[in-house]
Amino acid sequence: MPASLADRPAWELRALYRRKAASPREAARAVLDRLEALEHRIHAYLFWDADAVVAQAARWESRAHREDAPPLAGVPVALKDNICTRGWPTTAGSRILDGFRPPYDATVVARLRRAGAILVGKTNCDEFAMGSSTENSAFGPTRNPWDLDRVPGGSSGGSAAAVAAGEATLALGSDTGGSIREPAAFCGVVGLKPTYGRVSRYGLIAFASSLDQIGPFARDVRDAALALRVIAGRDPADSTSAEIEVPPYDEQLAGEVKGLRLGIVREFLSEGTDGGVAAAVREAVQTLRGLGAVCEEVSLPHAPYALPAYYLVAPAEASSNLARYAGVHYGHRTARADDLYTMYARTRREGFGPEVKRRIMLGTYALSAGYYDAFYLRAQRVRTLIRRDFEAAFAKFDALLGPVAPTTAFRLGERTQDPLQMYLADVFTVPVNLAGVPGISVPCGFAGGLPVGLQVIGRPFDEGTVLNIAYALERATDFHAARPPVASAAR
Amino acid sequence: MIDDRIVDHVARLGRLELSPEERELFRAQLGSILEHFRRLDALDLTDVPATSHVLPVANVLRDDVAQPSLAREDALGNAPEAEDGYVVVPPVIEAE
Amino acid sequence: MTIADTAARFETVIGLEVHVQLSTATKMFCGCAVAFAAPPNTLTCPVCLGLPGSLPVLNRRAVELGLRAALVLGCQIEPESQFHRKNYYYPDLPKNYQISQYQYADHPPLATAGVLVFEVGETVHRIGIRRVHLEEDTGKLVHGEGRSFVDYNRCGTPLMEVVTEPDLRSPEEARLCLARLRVLLQYAGVTTGRMEEGTLRCDANLSLRLPGTAHGIRTEVKNMNSLRSVERALRFEQARQAALLARGEAVVQETRHWDEHRQVTFASREKEEAQDYRYFPEPDLVPLRVDEAWIARIRADLPELPEARRRRYVEAYGLPEHDAGLLTATRPMADFFEETVRHFPQPKVVSNWLLGDVAAYLNAAGLEIEEAPLAPAALAELLALIDAGTLSGRSAKEALEEMLRTGRGAGEIVRERGLVQISDEAQLRAVVDEVIADHPAAAGDVRAGKGRAIAFLVGQVMQKTRGRANPGLVNRLLRERLGAG
Repeated sequence: MPASLADRPAWELRALYRRKAASPREAARAVLDRLEALEHRIHAYLFWDADAVVAQAARWESRAHREDAPPLAGVPVALKDNICTRGWPTTAGSRILDGFRPPYDATVVARLRRAGAILVGKTNCDEFAMGSSTENSAFGPTRNPWDLDRVPGGSSGGSAAAVAAGEATLALGSDTGGSIREPAAFCGVVGLKPTYGRVSRYGLIAFASSLDQIGPFARDVRDAALALRVIAGRDPADSTSAEIEVPPYDEQLAGEVKGLRLGIVREFLSEGTDGGVAAAVREAVQTLRGLGAVCEEVSLPHAPYALPAYYLVAPAEASSNLARYAGVHYGHRTARADDLYTMYARTRREGFGPEVKRRIMLGTYALSAGYYDAFYLRAQRVRTLIRRDFEAAFAKFDALLGPVAPTTAFRLGERTQDPLQMYLADVFTVPVNLAGVPGISVPCGFAGGLPVGLQVIGRPFDEGTVLNIAYALERATDFHAARPPVASAAR
Repeated sequence: MIDDRIVDHVARLGRLELSPEERELFRAQLGSILEHFRRLDALDLTDVPATSHVLPVANVLRDDVAQPSLAREDALGNAPEAEDGYVVVPPVIEAE
Repeated sequence: MTIADTAARFETVIGLEVHVQLSTATKMFCGCAVAFAAPPNTLTCPVCLGLPGSLPVLNRRAVELGLRAALVLGCQIEPESQFHRKNYYYPDLPKNYQISQYQYADHPPLATAGVLVFEVGETVHRIGIRRVHLEEDTGKLVHGEGRSFVDYNRCGTPLMEVVTEPDLRSPEEARLCLARLRVLLQYAGVTTGRMEEGTLRCDANLSLRLPGTAHGIRTEVKNMNSLRSVERALRFEQARQAALLARGEAVVQETRHWDEHRQVTFASREKEEAQDYRYFPEPDLVPLRVDEAWIARIRADLPELPEARRRRYVEAYGLPEHDAGLLTATRPMADFFEETVRHFPQPKVVSNWLLGDVAAYLNAAGLEIEEAPLAPAALAELLALIDAGTLSGRSAKEALEEMLRTGRGAGEIVRERGLVQISDEAQLRAVVDEVIADHPAAAGDVRAGKGRAIAFLVGQVMQKTRGRANPGLVNRLLRERLGAG
């Protein structure tokens, strides 16, 4: 049976449109059918608008086959719900933004629209992107399409699950400490966190502003490259977006790694990493070696300090970023307050979930008088050491390799009682955010029937090399072609 | 190192009303999290500057040219309470 | 010991914190226009409303105006500065943090270590400028019955804060210092500096101490809306503290508001929670680096300052020192003068009218030149009419009064009121004959060679023509008729 249009990558849809072997309406229909069949079990979306999907598809129906059609003409794309969409609900997975409809589009959304994408809806995520399992969503968890009793990872779990299950062709997520790469690894799809500054953050609901970055989820590397090309580039509305040329990533994929020097991060393959995960990663290294890459161990000596540094810096910034949710001019306002202080404090009590409150407490503490030097400032200094580790490694290596997470997808509820245990899922991803460098998760095998992701980390603004290495691995293996059983059954 | 006084102070700064259970939970959890993070104390950070921006970029400036503002309906469209073009909040100066 | 004795024993120590609104077209971090008195919540966007996902982008003009001010105040400009977040909750602050360059730890503001020089009689005062920094303004709150109303229009308006060292020793000095600062910043084009519109706001710290001892406990005085109220409020505060100390009581460190109506300061009723603003570097804005080349460009673009203008008025326009000093006392007056001279190139005549009739009118009306509807071109038109003999001085004064009141043009008023000077000989000769016939005694005196009597007859002609007769011509015609030499 030929694969459903819902399971085809974007580049393939484009080829089919060009040959008039398929049309945007058909692809949109296939994705909506899949979504309607699976949503009650997976809960990847917080909002979708079938009528809008059909209307957008219709707009490209007669044009998607043309040579000059924009790069994502007629391609169904899902958006993490912390990305602002004009007129569509945008909650960031939080009760406090229930019902909020932004009067503007995020820059990435405007770019997707211009590129011809069909915007499907808004995907579930941990509240304000704080979490590693999507269990912190105020609107209930998303389930992993590979095993419905397991988490899809987080915080962009909805986006990862949607792409894995064929409920969208592409999706955008955001990655502050691993929130794209970890769910991509857990759901067996490709997830790319670009260099800090590569993609505009304008319209991304901030969690930790110096770490947040938007990136794509895709079924294969070529699609990730295509999506990055569409969303990347300088935006005058984001002071931290870089004025650096965006190469045609998708056209430059050669899959050639011969002679590339790849560093295997020693600290990421410590005894804390699951045997099955480590084995899959070592297997991937062997594959790349077989393709001619020079792979050697490298140390990032301060990587073990990244987790505490991250969990001070990120909550500190978050405590300030989330101060605006206080019931004044948007979002939830408590019904039970006669004075201002009570309105603020009770609105926030009612609107925020436990993890968000915990991080506001932690971050407020880390910035408060008497503790600033010992916590926030110290963490920012450690950040310098971590950056220097990466600089030193990149002096010798073209890219670094390691697992994305120490384990595969864990069971729902398994870690919710112990925040530190949950934070440990981010141990290999947060150093990348602290240093601002790009990282990708590409499927590299299975452990216990669950997908494993290989993390490829590159030099700043060298997403091209990262994508190329991932592409080489993908071509030499067929892990990316595997579909979760729930998706195959829904065909 | 985290006592009730600190929890209350931090909750007040962050405008979070806590239930007695949350107060107790956060005292314990923040304590253990921060205890765990004490491992940073092992590092010698003398002369190590802080990183607050990873981009080596400065002076990103815009020209002083006016852009259209939002229509008032859009600006106030999400407000819990608005009247006569204003957002309404509980009294800022408390009654005597 | 009386309070006055106590006050005399103590030295007064005052420092100013001045917020000026920078003269930009748009806000500090977004493209919304800056405007005074627009309908509420009509000048906002996702950025200044602090909507989720919005990001600030710094206004280049605001930075350049800040740098100008720093140069004018002789400050040291920091090669690198950074914006920070000042975290506190208030409904007029939509993000619940303010983006500011506030100085803390090892983070410098835009500029430091300047000096403001001003003269009082023979004494030259040099007041240290501690720092100059940029920040965004808050919105406005309107307090109603049992609730408050928020207008976000002012949110994000570019502000510059100038903080002096506590070098001022009297309320009068404080007023003069502020006046001098205002004039300099107006000349530099940094701000309109209108206290009544809030584009210049001043807070002051005041304490008393025995000479040679450490600073006493200070209070911060806010809500002073004019130069005069700064002096008055500080005088009140000085006396209040002296009275406390005379009674052996301590001054409480607090914020006090000036009540213009009752002419007293009162302690703010808002709870003074121990503030903990949790400053940290604003991650959404990259650092600001100011190199020598940029400073040189700002310096080259610096508008002429008051002293240079005064000199130029003396040297190029040949004005007396006194005129030059008065005309350059405020930039709007100096600009008005120059613009008028451009249209009517007789500087001394322009100066006489501006410092005479125009100034008298403004004084009486309590207006500044920029607030009156009179345009420089209109004044020039009036002066040209006098110069051409079309208008007598007396009629011109009459027309000017209406121009200042209504903003109408000189020609229009002159035509409408029939103020055109009569220089027609035949017409005037008839009036002259009438006057001679009416006043035979005076006419006889003139004929008898009593020259002084002619002035009376000229006056009579002027009266009959409602001041419109050309006085020179009347004089000649009278002499011809009466055969006087």
